[in-house]
This record gives sequence, structure tokens and C-alpha cells, in this order.
Amino acid sequence: MADSIQMQVTRYTPAPDAVPTVANYDVPLRKDWSVLDGLNFVKDHIDGSLSFRWSCRMGICGSCGMNVEGEPQLTCATFLSDYAPGPVRVEPLTNFPIVRDLVVDIDDFMTKLPRVKPWIIRDDDVTVIDGEYLQTPEELEEYKQFSNCINCMLCYAACPIYGLEPDFIGPAAIALAERYDLDTRDRGQRERLDILIEKEGVWGCTFVGECTRVCPKHVDPAGAIQRYKLKAAQENVMAFLLPRAAR
Amino acid sequence: MSAPITYRQPVSRLWWIRKRTYFLFVLRELSSIFVAWLAVFLMIMVVAIGRGEASYQNFMSWAASPVVIVINVVALAFLILHTVTWFALTPQAMVVRGPGSRRALATKEVNVAGRWVSAATVVRVGGRLPAAVVIASQYAGLIVVSAFIAWLVLR
Amino acid sequence: MNDGAAAAHDVLLVGGGAAGLRAAIAIAETSPSLRVAVISKVYPMRSHTVSAEGGAAGAIAEGDTLDEHAYDTVSGSDWLCDQDAVEAFVQEAPRELLQLEHWGCPWSREPDGRIAVRAFGGMKNMRTWFAADKTGFHMLHSLFQTSLKYADVKRYDEWFVTRLLVDEGRVHGVVAIELMTGRIEVITAKSILLCNGGSGKVFPFTTNANICTGDGMALAYRAGAPLKDMEFVQYHPTGLPFTGILITEAARAEGGWLLNKDGYRYLQDYDLGKPEPTPVLRSMELGPRDRLSQAFVHEVEKGRTIESPYGPIVHLDLRHLGAKLIDTKLPMVRELCMKYERIDPVTELIPVRPVVHYMMGGVHTDIDGATPIHGLFAAGETACVTINGANRLGSNSLPECLVFGARAGKAAAEYAASAKRPAPVVMRKAEDEVRRLEQMRSSDGGHERIADIREEMQSTMEDSAGIFRSGDSLAKGIDQLAELQQRLERVQLFDQTMAFNTELVAALELANMLDIAETMLQSAIQREESRGAHQRTDFTTRDDASFLNHALAYRDSDGSVRIERLPVTITRWPPGERVYGR
Repeated sequence: MADSIQMQVTRYTPAPDAVPTVANYDVPLRKDWSVLDGLNFVKDHIDGSLSFRWSCRMGICGSCGMNVEGEPQLTCATFLSDYAPGPVRVEPLTNFPIVRDLVVDIDDFMTKLPRVKPWIIRDDDVTVIDGEYLQTPEELEEYKQFSNCINCMLCYAACPIYGLEPDFIGPAAIALAERYDLDTRDRGQRERLDILIEKEGVWGCTFVGECTRVCPKHVDPAGAIQRYKLKAAQENVMAFLLPRAAR
Repeated sequence: MSAPITYRQPVSRLWWIRKRTYFLFVLRELSSIFVAWLAVFLMIMVVAIGRGEASYQNFMSWAASPVVIVINVVALAFLILHTVTWFALTPQAMVVRGPGSRRALATKEVNVAGRWVSAATVVRVGGRLPAAVVIASQYAGLIVVSAFIAWLVLR
Repeated sequence: MNDGAAAAHDVLLVGGGAAGLRAAIAIAETSPSLRVAVISKVYPMRSHTVSAEGGAAGAIAEGDTLDEHAYDTVSGSDWLCDQDAVEAFVQEAPRELLQLEHWGCPWSREPDGRIAVRAFGGMKNMRTWFAADKTGFHMLHSLFQTSLKYADVKRYDEWFVTRLLVDEGRVHGVVAIELMTGRIEVITAKSILLCNGGSGKVFPFTTNANICTGDGMALAYRAGAPLKDMEFVQYHPTGLPFTGILITEAARAEGGWLLNKDGYRYLQDYDLGKPEPTPVLRSMELGPRDRLSQAFVHEVEKGRTIESPYGPIVHLDLRHLGAKLIDTKLPMVRELCMKYERIDPVTELIPVRPVVHYMMGGVHTDIDGATPIHGLFAAGETACVTINGANRLGSNSLPECLVFGARAGKAAAEYAASAKRPAPVVMRKAEDEVRRLEQMRSSDGGHERIADIREEMQSTMEDSAGIFRSGDSLAKGIDQLAELQQRLERVQLFDQTMAFNTELVAALELANMLDIAETMLQSAIQREESRGAHQRTDFTTRDDASFLNHALAYRDSDGSVRIERLPVTITRWPPGERVYGR
């Protein structure tokens, strides 16, 4: 293995007519180094002005998502040696406005998430808690996969619909809505239905499936969305056929 | 609190050529046009048969013309793509449960006479069939139906 | 309207992790008319709570009692905890965890649907609730998503608080940088709760995330509040060698073994019991973390550890647990090993070593999270109530965030409800701070690199205040830190832009860490005994006569550390011997 590898990193400083540029840095090519380690080497020893987000370095906080060689990745979970001999291109996540260098603005998601009401909705007013809601391991399995979302935004970066239709609620938000719908403790399916059957909701998705492919936690948001579509369609048909009957 | 200047990354019109997966997706979507064409082709054939021997011969010579053959070969390729991708995606898009699933009680809101009320409903949990089983059963179904149609047509 | 401040709130929560979000929900539910805000240098779902793996303790099992949880905690703390706080803690923990269950936390279950509990280090009974091996992740996201219900809770995401504004012994607000734009703003508040985590990045090898730089502790310290028990730093026995990534204690609770280079379960040589094929509570691999980490050091001295490119290691053996158990109970452990060590724990040994994990010390508070500064509260790892004393038991810190996050949140709300508006005079103090920050950002002519000073600080701390310390090593460390403080004043910032200037943040975090590090060493050099996680080679035994008390580190006006002592609160458990394995 060679001694070093070149990283081609997007740089951007906001100013009225500024556009992103690319800067090249040579970093040591160590077997154990993630792309994030490479970026930290640049920041610590070559150019302290390089800005990027990171925190846990173990793939659970979701901070360090960037495009590496065009693919949305957690830079802490992908290794420089995988791109040897290089160069390796590191760019900010697609489909998000660039704030600075590799930092993007994810406020759009932060606004969309509360709209799907990702919390337990129940009508009983529980003031004294004297025990848990029972939930068998099988019932937990039904939604567990969708609860593993770390909000890393790789799915939004991968989704061409989100790029073309910025109002689309997006994979992670819908997966989290489905996570609560499938949780036996929740009774908010109808409230979420209203938001998700809009054009910007599930029907905006054309099942490209790229979100599932890039998800580092195997959440399968595409699966969540199609299942939701099926469920919404069934609800519509039933309501049409049996408008007054309880099912 | 204050509105920052950010850079909106432009989305290229040719976004779908950039990645193999995007290109395959677009082809998959386009394949529905060819599926529609083959359905129309089939209907034309049925109508032609219904109108008698002469009309059927006319149809067959038209179908044998180079242009139609080329279109139909391309359509067949897209039909195969359509079928293969559709079958592969089915287990992801819907939950198919087998004998291992059980009933469980959940509370859902149901529409009773125009009002939404909480009601206990029965849901199924567990026993989700593995993707390979779902996909294989679709192919099995395809083979069975195709064999039946072939028998109908060839006897 | 706000006397020049960008905003005014009743309660300001500094930190958006488990403690902060729990406090926000508590205040939104009990005092909905108060204006609450959460301010954090990262989005809440990035808070370090997210990395916690093993579980959260609450006594609910048949045959378990609050007293036993309390006793395990008290003995685990080597009798340095405040027992009134522990009693309140063990009582409220189960209720808090149940509340979280009602808020959707996907706790792992028994086949009949009830909450499952597992064994954990230093606990006599199984009482650790868990959500697979991503308990912190699920707790944080459940709390965060639940907090979204309360649209009135304002959030300042990616704002870095640089200073508390204090006047006449009362807190009035903060100065903070809005990272996205670089604007420096003042936010006033009638009460402030510091809940922004620990400071593991003071050391070179740590499970902690990059953001764990002791900001809350430094803010309180510089504002005049004392930091308590700073000498007690927990080394988690099983971190991965290069990255320091945590391999949860649950791996041992499910039956994992620690082996030295001879394949020998070496813990049996250290008064931790006899090896059995299945885990025995409070014995061997389920002993307390301080004793296990100390055993590792002794193994190194005996030459029985394995040499790796990253120093001495031992092996964690999970092979006998089987793939099915590992995939159900420890799936993230398997993923982490495969990704970061390229080994599969189902068939291979995991290389591990002790790494810094948790700060038992922190901002001194009472049992309701109040610091001596009026209106200033602290909770979670930032605070030192203390329930953890000289050594924390695994799975106590997550419920600690919930219990004291709720208590401190409510106490902060109560204070704010009757407090006067923040005084306009603090705006002048704020102006000084704004000027200082602008100068830092635009300064020229320094020549030190942040990374160099940081790395030297970390290796100084490792050498002088590691698992074992001595008066000499500590004194040397104190001198080296003083030199680094000087060098920090000559640091060069390459990044002079406003927007998302992470270099400025790194410099401010380094300043925080140097202050914290100094209090750690000064507290350590004055504790001339060995207790829990603080082991002195020159004072090897526990000395209750002189040291059954806490060190309170105050910042003097000349910047030096002044240590005072505060007696430990004993209620029902007089000091005794810590016994494990027998």
C-alpha cells in the first residue's frame, strides 16, 4: 500500500456570488483510517479552516454524512484504503444547500419531521404510570427496523425526487411515521395519514429505492414508504366501499 | 435567527445518467410504456382473430414486418426487465406472512358513521416470509399461468 | 424589548441530550406557561447520549429492591456518593424508565411482553433495562421525538455557549455563537440548566465523541461555581484499541470473558471471584469498572497482555455465546467489531483495552440540581450530585440523566417562575465577551496549532492522571498544563470566516478542556488515598478518616485552582469494604 492518498475536498465560503471550489490534500494512507480521519488530518495539520461535522466516529450519531466519490456515506464508516490508490473526492451531501465547505443545511428535515408526528399518540390520559404497555418481542420486531434511523440524511441525498421536488417529505420522515404506526402502543395512524397522503407525502415517491441502498443502518425507508402506500390505498378503498361500517 | 447565505447545489437535467442505479430506475419506469404497447398489441391480435381468417393473416404479415419485429424485441427486453424488477421489489413493498405469523390485538382508529373512534382490531405479527420465497413464488405463478396459456393456444 | 439581547427565556437548557430533553419535557408538561429553550452546539440527536449501548438500571424485577440497587450503587462508589441522592435516584429511576416506555422507547421484552432486564457490572440483581445494545440511541431518539410534541419549546440548534452571565451571585443569561452565521448573541434567562455532558476528550483514548469537551463544567467553573470530585475519571475496561470505540459491558453481562495472552481469565487473580462458565453477578467480568481497569494495568506490569500496534491489549471472548445470542442481544457489538477491527466476534477474539469513558466529577449540585449560584442548575454527566462517588456502576448514568434532568428541570422552572427579570447590567459583561470572541476570530500573529496543544494536553493527562497516579506524575502534569495554557494564548486560527467556523469552536473547546484538566489534577494531587477510580501508587489504601469527603475545585481570581472539602452525606450505609466475587 502506498504512503499517502489524495483527497479532493469541496471548499466553500458563503458570499453573494461565491461558488464551491475543490482543494487537494495529500494525507497519510493508514490501514485503519476512515475518510473522517483523513479530513481530521487535513484540519489538524494542513488547513485548519476546513469545516465539517462529526462527533461519535462510530456510525451512530449521524453527523458526518458526506458524498464520497459521489456516494452518500458516513465518513466515519468508510475507509481511505477502500479508495486506494485514490484520489478520493469528498463533497457535501447532494440535495442540501451548502453552508460552508462540507457542512450542509438540514433545517428542511428538522421542519418536516415534526409534521409526521413521530411520537406515541394515544387518547387515554395516563397520569400515573403503574406498569409498562405490554409488547411482545414479535410486536417489537414489526417496527424495530424503522426505529433504527439515525437521521444522517444519506437517504435524502440519494433520493432524486427530493432533489427535483424539495417539498417531498422524504424517506427518513416517512420511515419514522411508519415506525410509530406499526408500534402497537400507538394510536395515531389516522393523524399521520392526513399528512402522508398528500402529494408531498408518500405519493411523491416513485420507488427509486436508492434511499434503502445507501442507508447505513438498514432501515429500508423505501420499504416503509411502499408499505404505507399500500396501507393508505387499502384505507381509501375500504372507506369507499364501506363508508359506514366499522371494520 | 438570521438568514445565512447558502449555496443551492444545482440538479442536473441529466441526473439519471450519473449513477447506474438511477439509470436502471429510469429504464424500469420506461418499461411500462412497452408493457402497455404489448397489451395493445395483444388486443389488436385478439380483435384480428375475432374478425376472421383474412384479418388474422393481415395482422400476421404486419407483425412480421421488420419495424414491428424490432419494436417487439425491444419491448420483450423491457418486459423482462419490468418483470424481473417488479418481482424483486415485491417483498420490499409488501409484507407477505406465512404460517409463522400470529394474531395480536392493536387499537386503531376506524371510521364509524363518519366519526373516528378507537377500536380494538386484530393485526398479524411475525412470520414474514423471506424475500426469496416471495420472489420464487411469483416466478412459479408466472410459469404456471404461462404453461396454461400455452396449452390453451397450442391445443 | 430584550435590552439588546437576541432573546429572553424563562428557562434555558444548555445541552440537548437525555438530561436536557427530559428537563424540557418536564417543564413543558408541568409549567407550560414558561418560555423554555434548549441550546446545543449540535442537533439534539447528535448528543453523546446516542452512543450509550448497554442499558439503564431500574429495580423492577421480582425479588429486587430499591435498597439493593442503592447498596450496589453506594458500594460501587466506594462510599463517596451522597446517599440521600442515591436513595432518591433508585426510587425515581424505575418510574422514569417506565415513563420513557410510554413515550415509545423500544425496550427489549420478555416473551410475555413485559420489560426485560439483564445483569450488569457491580449489580447484585438483574435490573438493567435495555433496547438491544443501542439503549442510549433509542432513549435519545424517543426523548427527542417526544419533545417535538411541545412546539413551544424553542430550540437553538448549533449554537455554542461561550459564557454564563453572572451578576451578584445570580445567573442572568449566556453569550453564544450561532454557528451557521457566526453571529455572537446574548440570550437572557431567569434560570439556566447545564446539561451538556462530560469531558472525555481531555484524554487521548476515550469512548467519548468529539463533542465531549466539558463545556458545561468550564462555564460553571469560570462563573464561580465549584467542580466536585474531578479526580475521579472512569476507565471503561473494554474499548477498541485504535478508535476507543465502546464495546458495551453488556457483552460481559451476556457471558463474555476477559482473557490475557495465555487465554487465561485473569480477573480471578484480583479478588474478583472464581471463574464460572456463566456470568455470576458482582463477580469476575461483572465486577465494577474501576477494579477491572486496574487489573488490566497489573497484567501489563506482569507482561501478560498482548502487544498490538496500538499498545497492550487483552481479549474479550464472545465466541461461546453463539451467533444467535450475539445477533439478538449484541448486534451493534458485532457490527462495530467487523467494521472497525475487521473481526467477527462470533468466531474471533475482540482486542480491547481500558479507555476513558465517564466523568464521575462535575458541577457541584444539591439533590435538586441546584448549584451555589442562584438560578444555575446542572444535571447529567455535567453535574456531580453525586450518586456515582468514586466509581460509577454501568447502567446508572442513563437513568441519572432522566431522574436529575427532570428534577433539575422542575427546580429551574420553579426558580424562574418567581425570579425577577435578568438585570440589564449583564449586557455590559456580555459586550466584553463579544469583543473577546471577535478578537479571537480575527487575530493574527499566533503560531501554535490547536491540534498540537490538544494532543499534548491529552498525553499529559494520560501520563499524569491515568488509571494509576502518583504525586510526582500529577505535579509534573500540573506544570505541563500551565505551560499549555500559556501556549494556548498564542494559538493561530487559520479560519477567520464567520460561517460555521469550527476552528474557533475547537479553540474554545480546548480552553474549556485545559481548565477542566487543571481541576482534575489539582483535585487528584490533594486526595492522598486510593479510592475507586482514583488510585495513587504513593497512597495505596482508602483513608476514610481524612478523605471521606469531596474535593470542591474553585477558580480563584488569579485563575488558579483552590480546593475545599465537603463531607459525604451518609444516611443508611456506613462505610464498609467493597466486596466482589465472594
